[in-house]
Amino acid sequence: MAEAPLRVLIVDDEGPARHRLRELLDDCAAVLPIAIIGEAQHGREALDILHSAPADLVLTDIHMPGMDGIELARHLLKLVHPPVVIFTTAFHQHALAAFEVNAVDYLVKPVRVQRLLAALQKVPRLKPMTIEKLTQLPAAARRFLSVTERSRVVLVPVDEVIYLKAELKYITIRTAQREYLLEESLTRLEQEFGARFVRVHRNCLVARDFIRGFERRANDDGDAHWEVLLHGIDESLPVSRRQQYIVREIGREAMNGAAA
Amino acid sequence: MPDFRNLGSILRVLLAVNGVTLAIAFAREPRLSMLAVEWSSLTGFVEPHLFAELALLALAQPWLARASPRASIAIVTALTCALAVAFNAITPRLIGEVPGSLARHVAFALAAQFLLIGYFRLRARALSPAITEARLQALQARIRPHFLFNSITAVLSLMRSEPRRAEAALEDLADLFRVLMRDNRDLAPLADEVELCRQYLDLEQLRLGDRLEIDWNVKSMPGDALVPPLVLQPLLENAVYHGIEPLTERGLLSINIFLSRDEVHAILRNPYVATGARHQVGNNMALDNIRERLALHFDAEASLDSRITRDSWEVHIRMPYRTRKPAANGKTTTKVERPARGNDNGTHKRRQPRARPLPATAATRIEPWLKHPCAS
Repeated sequence: MAEAPLRVLIVDDEGPARHRLRELLDDCAAVLPIAIIGEAQHGREALDILHSAPADLVLTDIHMPGMDGIELARHLLKLVHPPVVIFTTAFHQHALAAFEVNAVDYLVKPVRVQRLLAALQKVPRLKPMTIEKLTQLPAAARRFLSVTERSRVVLVPVDEVIYLKAELKYITIRTAQREYLLEESLTRLEQEFGARFVRVHRNCLVARDFIRGFERRANDDGDAHWEVLLHGIDESLPVSRRQQYIVREIGREAMNGAAA
Repeated sequence: MPDFRNLGSILRVLLAVNGVTLAIAFAREPRLSMLAVEWSSLTGFVEPHLFAELALLALAQPWLARASPRASIAIVTALTCALAVAFNAITPRLIGEVPGSLARHVAFALAAQFLLIGYFRLRARALSPAITEARLQALQARIRPHFLFNSITAVLSLMRSEPRRAEAALEDLADLFRVLMRDNRDLAPLADEVELCRQYLDLEQLRLGDRLEIDWNVKSMPGDALVPPLVLQPLLENAVYHGIEPLTERGLLSINIFLSRDEVHAILRNPYVATGARHQVGNNMALDNIRERLALHFDAEASLDSRITRDSWEVHIRMPYRTRKPAANGKTTTKVERPARGNDNGTHKRRQPRARPLPATAATRIEPWLKHPCAS
């Protein structure tokens, strides 16, 4: 049986680094059939390429503007057939400790052809990364949330998210334009984006930047509760009794902000 | 002996003497309401002498710096006594007060002088040589490993397709590390620092390509000014790391160096990218490092300020304009023991013309290599 070539995508923000990897992959091609499906400068471009040309392996840099390698790896898990990810990095040992502990594959730059070949030969036996491993790696908060729609990964910029609301199995992401369904845990999201969102209810996180104000409303049973009013959309969300203190906290911040 | 032309030393003397005068006034006149009167009558005696002595010492600074410690103490003591006698005679007539006893004036002046000399000696011992050198060593700028490995990758990428560019890049890298690894405790010409910055930025441009745009404004800079080595390069490294690398589009780095009223100014500007606190910490460490080195070399005469304008981050360094004395023989304030850089391939003909006579420089530069143990 003729072996199908290993389909590889190169992701790095530095042109010379991509060029060098291409040269090394060409060297490896003598031993192992390889098809380079493309090169991307950052995570978003990589996802675009992968939608039209699937890959078995993504070789990605970690430190990149726009979307870094670790975030890219998380979004790749949403693909129908997630590729294997191997990180390439110029980081030193200390920063790579977490990679070692979690057995995440990486190549240090400058990459040696023997190491690259060994890594490529391992790929068919490797399983895609797991979310558990990835969340153990030292990474900044994501810039995008990703949802799968018609087998495509759609990126929702975190800055545009107005609120996140847990409903049964899913979380609803609300932006000014529309809603998306996300399969993650609200508690994890709260930990990751702590400063950006505030919990107004057991099942709901609201972006501080989108809070327009609060309003006291009467319930059907005669009790009164607070509702949070939002910028960008004509909706309001109830504030639970337990979270009522945020009304005063954010109100005070707004007052201070106006005074400053 | 301190440098009597240094603003910091002058300020220290003024503060100390006036402080002691105030203490004496307080001892003689415990009523707070009368304290000002007592103090001003005391300072009427102290101040003329003090200012005259400081002015004469500043004038005599070049000779004092060359004299042995003992001789310089003798000179200063003689000056203090002479001025005490002179002012004891003149001051009462100037301010119309009863003359104090000559012995008291001389005693007070000498006490103040020896206390100050003692203080400056202690300070000098605290700052040098062993301790300052240790501190300067510890403060030596460190390059980010991230930069080294990415640069090597960039050079490797050129090896097959553009070997000549790869060669030039490796030479730049070698020069950069030569400077980083050598003894950087002494001041060095600004032109050398700027050349180093260019080599460094050439490497960054190789890596980042179009993303890094550089605007050099150094035509009117004084290339012969002596500055602490690696005073600019770490700031540029920060500018690239914090200002250019996080951008997906291109970013402009601007460098302005000029001379104004006998002070060297360097203003670096890069796009400001609001990121997490972690970045700021690294940035502040580099700024503190340079600030401390400036203080060790120039005391109060140099400063480093940084500010965030609307969308850019700006660092402003101010240093006194010091040059190597042209007639210095052997005992120069700095030593440059580096062979001329191998820039004769024509790709780097951008060095500013030096104010110093070239043959002399070449001689001092080659000398250390002739004195190699094998040659003697």
